Amino acid sequence: MSSLRFATPDALLGWLKKLAAEYRVLAPRQEGPSVLFRPYAAADLDGVSDPAALLRRATASPKGAMAPHSETLVRFSATKDEQDPAKLNVGLDAPCQAEPTVLFGLRPCDARGFVVLDRPYTSGSFKDPYYAARREATIIVTQACPAAAPTCFCHWTGSHPADSEGSDLLFTAVDGGYVFEAVSDRGRALLESSGFADAGDRQAAVEEAHARAAGSLCPPSGLEDIPARVAARFTDSEFWIRHTAKCLSCGACTYLCPTCQCFTITDEGSPLEGRRLRSWDSCMSPQFTLETSGHNPRAEKFKRMRNRISHKFSYYPQSYDGAYSCVGCGRCVVSCPVSLDIRQVVADAVKGAPGVNSDAAPAPAAKPAKAKSAKKSSGKE
Amino acid sequence: MSVLTGKELRIVGFLCNWCSYGGADTAGTARAAQPTDLRIIRVPCSGRVNPLFVLKALMHGADGVLVSGCHPRDCHYSSGNFYARRRLEMLKDFLPIVGIDPERFEYTWVSASEGQRWKEVVTSFTDRIHRLGPAPRWADIKPRYDLPFNQPEKLLEPIRPLGCGENPSLGELKQAIRDALAAKPGADGRKLEGVLGWKRGFDAVHAEPVFMQTPEDVDELVWGPFNVHNLANFLPQYKGRKIGVVVKGCDSKGLIELLAEDLIKRDDVVIFGMGCNGTVSESRIRARLPENAVIEAARGQGATLVVSASGQDFELPMKDLAQDKCRQCVKPNALVSDRFVGRPVTEPEAPADDRSGALRFLDDLTLEERMGFWKGQMERCIRCYACRSACPMCVCRDHCVSDSRDPQWLTQDDDVLQKMFFQLIHAQHLAGRCTGCGECQRACPMGIPVFALKQQFSRMIKNVFGYAAGMDPTATPPLLTYQVEEPNIKERELS
Repeated sequence: MSSLRFATPDALLGWLKKLAAEYRVLAPRQEGPSVLFRPYAAADLDGVSDPAALLRRATASPKGAMAPHSETLVRFSATKDEQDPAKLNVGLDAPCQAEPTVLFGLRPCDARGFVVLDRPYTSGSFKDPYYAARREATIIVTQACPAAAPTCFCHWTGSHPADSEGSDLLFTAVDGGYVFEAVSDRGRALLESSGFADAGDRQAAVEEAHARAAGSLCPPSGLEDIPARVAARFTDSEFWIRHTAKCLSCGACTYLCPTCQCFTITDEGSPLEGRRLRSWDSCMSPQFTLETSGHNPRAEKFKRMRNRISHKFSYYPQSYDGAYSCVGCGRCVVSCPVSLDIRQVVADAVKGAPGVNSDAAPAPAAKPAKAKSAKKSSGKE
Repeated sequence: MSVLTGKELRIVGFLCNWCSYGGADTAGTARAAQPTDLRIIRVPCSGRVNPLFVLKALMHGADGVLVSGCHPRDCHYSSGNFYARRRLEMLKDFLPIVGIDPERFEYTWVSASEGQRWKEVVTSFTDRIHRLGPAPRWADIKPRYDLPFNQPEKLLEPIRPLGCGENPSLGELKQAIRDALAAKPGADGRKLEGVLGWKRGFDAVHAEPVFMQTPEDVDELVWGPFNVHNLANFLPQYKGRKIGVVVKGCDSKGLIELLAEDLIKRDDVVIFGMGCNGTVSESRIRARLPENAVIEAARGQGATLVVSASGQDFELPMKDLAQDKCRQCVKPNALVSDRFVGRPVTEPEAPADDRSGALRFLDDLTLEERMGFWKGQMERCIRCYACRSACPMCVCRDHCVSDSRDPQWLTQDDDVLQKMFFQLIHAQHLAGRCTGCGECQRACPMGIPVFALKQQFSRMIKNVFGYAAGMDPTATPPLLTYQVEEPNIKERELS
């Protein structure tokens, strides 16, 4: 199919400037040592000479574009009735609107993150109107990942560096520019209005770039039957305690994660005038499950970590046809203050899980500690 | 100034019920003419004034804050104002680092009978604030995102030779730990349950904390430039259990401070120490390798770290990689230990200028530039609280005021003021307690230089009280005590 289009760096920047007039354009921006998705106005884009500046690997995931760190669900107010001062008139306002947005420059793992969020937020009997409105208003323009970092493991979660799942447009950097491919109808419409030239004979270059990126990934996990085996670990407290001893119980992993979706709801302001906020919450925090009575079913950090790993690799797959709630972006590995490697925990959990007889899973990365952990785990069957 | 001129500014006054509040009443009864900018909040004692009250007011739009209490030696509760004096003096010196003019805050003493004096105090403070004009608002300040002091050419030269070579005493340390784990229960009838140390992390330039319980666990122990974590942080979790810990010099300071605050018991901990030759910043290694390079191995050769990545060897000098705190470290050896293994590292003289790169940079900025700097840095905070979790002195753990709804210090808004205010809470709570391990900053996934705020407090505490935290387990942090006559704090008389 000749649906591929080619954009030179200048054409790409020109297109983004045009989009910025109509949409909120979110793209990676360097701030200090970190890269975050930030809005770019057309004027901001004038300061960008090379699109590479907009294609950096982001420190924090773009999930805030759909599920903001904090959002107002309802504004409320109570005013005295002028005729009857004993009566309160209650005002409620639910600002459930979304700005038309183009999310640009994210990688396939991040785009798939939205697919993971879609299932709990938009499928089933209850649709989250806030999330759905943003999702509806956002066009996702993904770059095929040019090369994997050592901490990347998207292929463990059933994906690859050129995966188009969750994207509207996918583009690949080739010599002299970028080749765009429409994935959804929305993406096709946007691409048609872009004015980009036909990609001509660049299909081969694109495939080569994709193959190169796939080749840069760490070895595949070789793990099988992960949801059942992680679930079988549930009662193995010793396993979880051992793997969690170094955890600091901060929320870096959950807040950087493109798929962590838990939130808390608080009222800010006074009872007479205020806002009901929904904001990110982290299951690594002891308060996450603290009940009003004072009881906390997950007071110890090993129970919290067990929940996080199990949710991603066991509960979520059980609810949604085997899909993991992890896209393998590796942010939790890179940014963990104590270098806790989720690949290691999952591999160790799966290998020699109680009631399962397998020792065949290869190591996620060259690690001398491997043989020993496996032996320890199987010792408890 | 009166409200009628329309030029009134917002000044908040925290007045002690037993003296200054009465003094203000006396002035009013005597019909003394006073400016009307001041909004008075009555408190039971100046000692009740949490410095965070002042910070919150200043961060959220107050143009000035005045605290007034009973004259020293005249406190209704005998010593409340002595504590207040220390805290408020430290607060005043802290304000400029976040870009708040210290002139916007004052504390003074007015008794209930001093109506005339109250009038003078309130007039002179109001005049001062009017001279300064409305305080700059965070919303109006231009953010600054860069970290110039982090540039390779701006890094401070280490004051002692740093190294990453293999430590010849590691074998001896491992044996000492194996022996301790195998030893029969001691006089208290308790056996050592395990020892906190480091092992290799997910790649060759990462180590990770490990709780060693078996001889095989001990085999994995590493000692070197990747042992960045302060293991003292884990000790309170094991309270009441007998465990061991391996410490560097900086970690031992955290341990000493925990002992000083009675958060751990000396009898519960077996301390293994070795001399430290400096630790590295992982991001500085990454910055010197090609993007996405797969690190295969790393070995130390004297002062050079040789990293094999994607089939190529990179020779990286320690002085380019070292964490900032290691560059000026004067205590590389464990200050307290039951078993010190190997030869102590030579301790350098304290440099004449012991300010970190971050403080030097901030000191050279104007107040407005500093505010812009913090605004730009804090905007990218994701409120994960890794800074708090990595801090060995953050002992409130799951009862942090930032999570509390009553009192409510912070809202859940994703807004830079909330993020910054948490850092002010953290710094304030660590004043005189921070041992300078810098874990708050190292743990930050967004690379925000939050350690500088604690360093500002530490330098003031040192200047005013001659105190450094983490040196003496019998010491009391200066803000938890007082002297009737403070040699380095002048009695503040506002007039």
